[in-house]
Amino acid sequence: MNKTSFVDSSVKMAPVAGSTATVSRDKRETVGDIRVDHPRVRCNNVNVYYGDKHAIHNINLDVGNNEIIALIGPSGCGKTTFLRCLNRMNDTIKGCRVEGEILMEGQNINAREVDVVPLRARVGMVFQKPNPFPKSIFENVAFGPRIHGLAQGKADLEEIVVTSLQKAGLWTEVKDRLEEPGTGLSGGQQQRLCIARTIAVQPEVILMDEPCSALDPIATAKIEELMAELREQYSICIVTHSMQQAARVSQRTAFFHLGDLIEVGETEQIFVAPTHQLTEDYITGRFG
Amino acid sequence: MNTAPTPTPSNAAPRQRKPIEIIHAGLKKRHAAEMRFRLYGLIAISMGILFIGILFTTILGNATTAFQQTRIKLDIVVDAQMLDPDGKRDPEVLSSANYGAIVKASMNRLFPDVTSRRDQRELNELVSQGATYTLREMVMADTDLLGRTVTLWVPADDDVDMLMKGHMDRDAAEENRRLKDNQLAWLDRLEKDGRLEKHFNVDFFTNGDSREPEIAGIWGGVVGTFYTLALTLLFSFPLGVAAAVYLEEFAPHNRWTDLIEVNINNLAAVPSIVFGLLGLAVFINFFGLPRSVPLVGSLVLTLLVLPTIIIASRAALKSVPPSIREAALGVGASPLQTVTLHVLPLALPGMLTGAIIGMAHALGETAPLLMIGMVAFIVDIPKGIFDPAAVLPVQIFLWADSPERAFVEKTSAAIVVLLAFLMVMNALAVILRKRFERRW
Ligand SMILES: Nc1ncnc2c1ncn2[C@@H]1O[C@H](COP(=O)(O)OP(=O)(O)O)[C@@H](O)[C@H]1O
Ligand SMILES: [Mg+2]
Repeated sequence: MNKTSFVDSSVKMAPVAGSTATVSRDKRETVGDIRVDHPRVRCNNVNVYYGDKHAIHNINLDVGNNEIIALIGPSGCGKTTFLRCLNRMNDTIKGCRVEGEILMEGQNINAREVDVVPLRARVGMVFQKPNPFPKSIFENVAFGPRIHGLAQGKADLEEIVVTSLQKAGLWTEVKDRLEEPGTGLSGGQQQRLCIARTIAVQPEVILMDEPCSALDPIATAKIEELMAELREQYSICIVTHSMQQAARVSQRTAFFHLGDLIEVGETEQIFVAPTHQLTEDYITGRFG
Repeated sequence: MNTAPTPTPSNAAPRQRKPIEIIHAGLKKRHAAEMRFRLYGLIAISMGILFIGILFTTILGNATTAFQQTRIKLDIVVDAQMLDPDGKRDPEVLSSANYGAIVKASMNRLFPDVTSRRDQRELNELVSQGATYTLREMVMADTDLLGRTVTLWVPADDDVDMLMKGHMDRDAAEENRRLKDNQLAWLDRLEKDGRLEKHFNVDFFTNGDSREPEIAGIWGGVVGTFYTLALTLLFSFPLGVAAAVYLEEFAPHNRWTDLIEVNINNLAAVPSIVFGLLGLAVFINFFGLPRSVPLVGSLVLTLLVLPTIIIASRAALKSVPPSIREAALGVGASPLQTVTLHVLPLALPGMLTGAIIGMAHALGETAPLLMIGMVAFIVDIPKGIFDPAAVLPVQIFLWADSPERAFVEKTSAAIVVLLAFLMVMNALAVILRKRFERRW
């Protein structure tokens, strides 16, 4: 069944010159270091079902402190699905069921009784398509602090908005037009506005689902720069379809394939010396 | 096409024409099809405009004369002796006094040569009953008028009005006319004296219904309509929006909600008279609410427009992009905060449009209101939601049913007023939409 997706798997392919891959394509268990010391998030045996469809199988993975971990893999392999487990956004999808344990500070956030409202304040999310509210720039950033009651008074709220916009690298561009609609900004600015909105509630982890896929290269470069700075305070989990981007921004990389986590490791190792044959196939562009 | 045998492999045979040639060859046909389609569209639209044009011109044509009313100028001696024999100015005495006699006397004074009883009666038929009511109101409001002479333009009888508006043929045989030869002669004399004129018909806009067409007005219907619709909006909009929000944003999707959804769609298609029957059975017979009142009318109309509002509101909610909900949920908004702070404001223009369309529907409804007794003949202007009232469409129905020729133009005029209401409401819908949409 899983053979259908990759080309010529029936034909024995001669290993590419300099190939480091030692694990055969048929092996579905994760290779590499899935664990880190003092993880921010630890996933144990996470399975997701959409109705009867088993979308991701038995994922074990840690997200470390102050690290950027990139999730890569061909489309439909379950990267978004996994990402959305971490802040329970899959709850909003009808018929979606998440099994397994997702630990943050020892607490299983996937337990039914966990309140998702504070969880989503701890684990923020930036979506694939920039989705600012159709309100003013100020209101966009102020929304989170306001509903969570984080600001004491107006001045405090303004301060939060300003620092969030500064951290998101948007302040100089919008400081004179905070009252204008957020939807009137350019695509890249909108995405940075969404990042500002996310960090305004001071999350511990930021999830980013292909945040640059709708952006031009210059806007992409700005966001990547921003991520490098944000890493000092937050852990970032980013899904990307650009291997260059993964290589540029992340410290660790996880490679997914057809719902399985195939290989995890230091980004450099994954891109220079992948262990699994499938990983190598993917990063050398043999499929995907 | 090419008959010359060519030694090409069979599967690549008729490849002589380039794609661009084939496209050009077919182009004419495609353009023709497009032209034809446009033509059909134009025909359909012209037909629509034509029929609307016919409708409006006939109604307006019939209605314009209703905005004028023939009046007779009378010098009325307000005889204190007759109206208030005790001189106590007691309102009870004043209100039951015989004003008719005074009006008749002033008419007779204009025609001293008319002496026989029969002729005098025929003379007095030229003046409307309404003159009596007007005079009574004036005297009741200002008792200083007693003993003085006032000059009044009192409404003429509807037959006179029809004659003045050209709806009666003077040359017809006398027995086929509602006005006799002697009456016509008196009218000619009045007209020569400048005592017979057409004036703007204020009464039509300020009076309630009446059996006498010349003093019948739509104000009762307008007020009744206002109370009924205002209450309907008050009941149906919050209910409809709440139901839509619950079904769309909170309810689990299971067999029950599917059933509810199907039934809401069914309700929207139920004939309106059925709602009238329901209202009669539930609100009047079971709860014992009074008949003919705006409160019951609005309850029935609420049932009628609720499905429309729910369906429109759900559509409006569905059209809010899911990314907005994700954005709000993603920073930790609760589902209720997501809905009230983000989804609802974006859906509001669509909901308002739905509500106003529902209201416009309710504005024109007659059948269910007939069932709950809002078809009664009501002269008084309703003062509240518990007063018997008529609504405009029922008023139109009643007038259209009346035998007097003068009610024909009244009916059209009332239709014009109803249409004006509709246009105002639609304009309101557009303005509200624009205003809310401008907030991006
Ligand atoms: N809402 C959904 N309902 C049903 N199946 C879904 C849904 N979302 C994703 N899937 C399926 O789950 C698998 C993983 O999808 P996704 O996580 O979106 O992949 P990726 O983000 O890696 O492209 C795909 O096969 C997709 O068809
Ligand atoms: Mg995805």
